[in-house]
Amino acid sequence: MKDNRRFAKPVTVVTLLLAASSAVAQVDFDRILNAQDEPENWLSYSGTVFNHRHSLLDQINTGNVGELRLDWIWQARSLEKFEATPLVVDGVLYTVEAPNNVVALDAATGRIYWTYDYEPSPDARTCCGRVNRGLAILGDTLYMGTIDAHLLAIDAKNGALVWRTKVTNAAEPYSITMAPVVVKDKVYVGTAGGDMGIRAFIAAFDAKTGEQVWKVHTIPGPGELGNDTWSGDSWRVGGAAVWNDGAYDPDTNLIFFGTGNPAPDWDGRSRLGDNLYSNCVLALDADTGRLAWYYQFTPHDELDYDSTQVPVLADIQWRGEPRKVMLWANRNGLMYVLDRVTGKFLHGKPYVELNWMDGFDAKGRPQRVPGMLPTPEGTLIRPHVHGATNWAPPSFSPSTGLFYVAHWENSSIIAVEGEFPRGAGDNPRQTAMGQVDLQPFLNDDDEAYGVIRAYDPDTLDPAWEYRMSDITWGGVLSTAGNLVFGGGREGYFLALDATTGELLWKASLGGQLNSGPMSYAVDGRQHIAVAAGTALFSFTLP
Amino acid sequence: MKNLVLQTLWLAVFSCILSNPTAAQHATAFDVEDGARAFADSCANCHGPDGDLIQGIDLGRGLFRRPLSDQDIADIIMNGIPNTPMPPTPRMSEEQALRIVAYLRSLAQRPESDVTGDPLRGRELFASQGECMDCHRVNGEGSRIGPDLSRIGLMRRAVEIEAALLDPTAEVQPANRFYTVTLADGETITGRLLNHSTYSIQMYTQEDGLRSFQKDALRSHGFTESPMPPADDKLNPQEIADVVSYLVSLKGEESPDER
Repeated sequence: MKDNRRFAKPVTVVTLLLAASSAVAQVDFDRILNAQDEPENWLSYSGTVFNHRHSLLDQINTGNVGELRLDWIWQARSLEKFEATPLVVDGVLYTVEAPNNVVALDAATGRIYWTYDYEPSPDARTCCGRVNRGLAILGDTLYMGTIDAHLLAIDAKNGALVWRTKVTNAAEPYSITMAPVVVKDKVYVGTAGGDMGIRAFIAAFDAKTGEQVWKVHTIPGPGELGNDTWSGDSWRVGGAAVWNDGAYDPDTNLIFFGTGNPAPDWDGRSRLGDNLYSNCVLALDADTGRLAWYYQFTPHDELDYDSTQVPVLADIQWRGEPRKVMLWANRNGLMYVLDRVTGKFLHGKPYVELNWMDGFDAKGRPQRVPGMLPTPEGTLIRPHVHGATNWAPPSFSPSTGLFYVAHWENSSIIAVEGEFPRGAGDNPRQTAMGQVDLQPFLNDDDEAYGVIRAYDPDTLDPAWEYRMSDITWGGVLSTAGNLVFGGGREGYFLALDATTGELLWKASLGGQLNSGPMSYAVDGRQHIAVAAGTALFSFTLP
Repeated sequence: MKNLVLQTLWLAVFSCILSNPTAAQHATAFDVEDGARAFADSCANCHGPDGDLIQGIDLGRGLFRRPLSDQDIADIIMNGIPNTPMPPTPRMSEEQALRIVAYLRSLAQRPESDVTGDPLRGRELFASQGECMDCHRVNGEGSRIGPDLSRIGLMRRAVEIEAALLDPTAEVQPANRFYTVTLADGETITGRLLNHSTYSIQMYTQEDGLRSFQKDALRSHGFTESPMPPADDKLNPQEIADVVSYLVSLKGEESPDER
């Protein structure tokens, strides 16, 4: 069972046709846990609880992807960044129109079944756009976190509100932008707002009632282990937000979340110490929230290197032995392989040019380069404050064994104590946050460019790269058709050969890609969907 | 350094008081300093430290997408703009929002350096001896190959304009950089770069206007130095001062002798 789940074979067209005619059923947790058995659906943010963002559909493949064409577009009524990855369940596509409207579409045509409109409280405050990254589903119920710090349960059949739970106080200012995670009978969310002085937490809720089951702060309080890593009362407002998707390992019943930077972001003088559990991956017992282990990627961060990337769980041959690992391409410019059972640091390596550290100690703690911190005069630091990568989801293909990451190369900042860092280079405008519309690109090609790279988890060496002129805020999808889909701020959506990185197909979507692609099938046809600008695009073969 | 900053802030406030009746009733040095802090905390992440990261908006130079009063801007800071990425800031009091406005106004109203030239004579020199209109355009007249200067007085201070005239290649805005492509047959074409991507290049050329090129069809391509000559090749110091004075007066309105 275990092996089948992780190394399932690609699904053929015949299987797709059979699946299309199967009866519509509730999405119980077994379906989510075994999502690879029904690749026509996309049941969670990155497709499976392991966050592979890998589709086992192979109708679209290296031999025919050149014929891929647009099948339909759904245009959102929102001008916010479209960061959500849709869910698809038995021919119905569910997504979020930012900030917090939920939409059900016919996945075959893009026509609307229903819309649930939600008006967040005026108290809602977000650092980086009124965004939402997606939904979770369990049974007949969809779950969404809101930017006014509520968790909503919505009937997937008609868009009716089932329950609405206040997670915390939006005015403080907490928000929720991540897609919730579902494990067994619980729904999990974390709180964003770390740049604005919150004390973040992860909480589990009863999926039926919305009652809170447990809550774990990402910054320990007085008397708790790790509180002494914050000087004075800085722990009260230290951030360590949780704003991206988590992962779940059924073998250990551990749920994993990445945490964000400590606050204040670019000046650590008021919060001396390692600032646990900022910039960590936390492994929590899914039933109780008990901390099983943690690993801190950037202790005492003063460069805003959130560790809120999507954890990717893989069972691989590592150094000749089978190993259950976690792959992590971090904003701080380092790529990691961790033992996901124990949290042991197995390997770490820069995957972009960086200058703030120059090695690890035996336990995997980064060794800081003296002076590579914000100073009154300013310090040139790599990578940029927005990171080598940021929140965009990566992909792992069990077929190729490669870890696919979209990231930035050659980016840097000038960091000054207490101030928002300035982009460095001929044209620091390159470093603006992702936006919706296409911006004229006026940089040198060599300056802070975007790249999709395939990494061998065993060595963390790149197997190939595909370079884009502009940077990217978009995620990547791999498929059993031996394809990798991705794109960037230029608005191109690309299909690459998963083994070689060769460009096989591209389409200009007229808006920035700020989301991760996904794949589904309906009526026997495989679709590739991605959001760009303010619209959702779905592609098929003719 | 700190004293210099404070002096600048005081000067900025003084200038603001002289030129902005609304701010004159409210802005103090404390307002501006506090507004600067609040701007860094609440606005800079999207708008950038200089307020110019979002296309079409340059908060530090008073350029908004439409004319806005102080109260308009404060309302936007507090309430956001519905259906746009500009979020509300619910915890921001009106008093603090107005301090951010005071800070932004102080930046836009920075004191000019001594402008000793004659703008009318500068206008003549601009069109004749300076040969500026061979490349630049003002109020619908002149070439499009260089930047349109119709609003340059809103966007640049006199000292910046003077520096750009004397050393045109020292600091070129990204939107004004020149680019050269070499076609497969060896022909080279130079123009102002308007956009490029992984696959194509769009630029404005003197001879043919808008042109687009596929990168994979080119022998080579890349940035090239600005063709603008230093002003002191053609103009003496007083004439340069006259041209600077004229350019400072260009604020998207009628030229001086037409008022």
